[in-house]
Amino acid sequence: MDNDMKRSIILDNYQDAKNRCVPQNIDDYIVINSNNQSCIDNINIYVKLDNDKISDIKFDGEACVIAISSTSILSDMLIGKTTNEAKEILNNYFNMIEEKEYNKDILGEANVYEDMYKQPSRKTCATLFARGISKIFNKE
Amino acid sequence: MNREDFTILKDTNMVYFDNGATTLKPDVVRDAIVNYYDKYTSSIHRGDYKNSLMVSSMYDEAREVIRNFINAEHPSEIIFTSGTTASLNDIVFGYFKHHLKSGDEVLITETEHASNVLPWFMLAKEMGIVVKYIPLNDNNEVTIVNLNTVITDKTKVVSIAHITNVIGDIRDIKEISKICHENNIMVVVDAAQSIAHTKIDVKDMDIDFMAFSGHKAYGPTGIGVLYGKFNLLRELTPLEYGGGMNAIFNKDGYVELKDLPDKLEAGTPNIEGVLGLTESIKYIDKIGIDKIHEYESYLRKYLIDRLSELDFIKIYNKDNEAAIVTFNLDGVFSQDAAIYLDKYNICVRAGNHCAKMTKDVFNVANTVRVSLSFYNTKEEIDLLINVLKNSKNIWEEIL
Repeated sequence: MDNDMKRSIILDNYQDAKNRCVPQNIDDYIVINSNNQSCIDNINIYVKLDNDKISDIKFDGEACVIAISSTSILSDMLIGKTTNEAKEILNNYFNMIEEKEYNKDILGEANVYEDMYKQPSRKTCATLFARGISKIFNKE
Repeated sequence: MNREDFTILKDTNMVYFDNGATTLKPDVVRDAIVNYYDKYTSSIHRGDYKNSLMVSSMYDEAREVIRNFINAEHPSEIIFTSGTTASLNDIVFGYFKHHLKSGDEVLITETEHASNVLPWFMLAKEMGIVVKYIPLNDNNEVTIVNLNTVITDKTKVVSIAHITNVIGDIRDIKEISKICHENNIMVVVDAAQSIAHTKIDVKDMDIDFMAFSGHKAYGPTGIGVLYGKFNLLRELTPLEYGGGMNAIFNKDGYVELKDLPDKLEAGTPNIEGVLGLTESIKYIDKIGIDKIHEYESYLRKYLIDRLSELDFIKIYNKDNEAAIVTFNLDGVFSQDAAIYLDKYNICVRAGNHCAKMTKDVFNVANTVRVSLSFYNTKEEIDLLINVLKNSKNIWEEIL
């Protein structure tokens, strides 16, 4: 994927982020706040679980272009997955951000952040959503 | 002006617009610190050798320099702390914890910095005092009329910034003190944002307690000042006990503390910090605080005028006074804007600026802040405007 393509995917997911709203039946959702203490990104993530399946994810809050776009892309990717499938995707995502070995094939659009390791200060932005939602899965 | 006094500004294209966070340090401040380490390192008030005696007298002179700068009555009213935060904590937990009772009211504003909010919140939890807010006018300022609407017979303290760090409104401390003292209310002033930018006269303003940091006034980090009227400081219970502040202590637990100011400076102090701060205050004095204020006001006006030319910029404090300008670019998160500006070596602050309640005032949580100093120039502002004008390319630049 070239840089123009990556930029365009990131911008689309920033300016018109998917799943960015507070859910209507908020009581059906698990809510988790994710923020970066070193900067000012701060979002609430709402996750609806149907037994072992993630039936919906929503989010709201304020954050930078990298944090919002990655939340949009990853949330969309995880809806409909089982928690184990979600964990697998997130592990690969964390590995990519940390420049470790990972499976490119299961990350889809999230591959736009493959060079993020070159900007250490923005790694926390790129993992804002992933760290937040992982807290839910790791509790179980 | 005076850019040549700063090594960091030589041979650089850096534009430093984050003076509200910390200021750059002139060479005289660096030299004061280096000389202490290279020429006369020693502890104070404990040695009988030349260097120690000399540094002791420099340390004592520092108190006089600060006293003179803020026109305090006595050098013992100047207590060295680690900064504004430590000073405000001393004031809240060393004095007011022992002088307020449950139900007493403390007035602050929604635009205060965390360091003038959280100590009060903690005291409220601890002993049941009530923290209330002075309503701000349409221009986010404190007015005497508004102050009068919230004063009750339970109000005991008004604790406010002289200049706020996001909005940059300058409070009329003299007038506020007058009203407060007529109502037996004590006045605490957070002078972190004002000490290096506008004249402070604690006697004329009739301030009971005041706090400021060295590093926002061209001095080192880790040093600050707690000012208090002598009789009030005498009743301030130390939060720290140890060497340097006790006169006598015995095996049976008997302790006698020294008088002011030593009583409130336990342990070996931050000597390099005090010597650096002294130089920075002398330096400000030499340029002249009124001249600084006048030049920075002129720069601020120029910045506002130029920013107003750009229709995609929303300025949040157009009609306030201090050299702090807060804005956002349409459709761009403040941190992304700051990262973009950094590509052009323009240093600004993005975020909530430690004043997290201000979001309720602006209806926006995060902003870009330009805070000016006397070493900034019109040309630097022109550069900022040009870079902002070209910000249509922001995503190509930062992604």
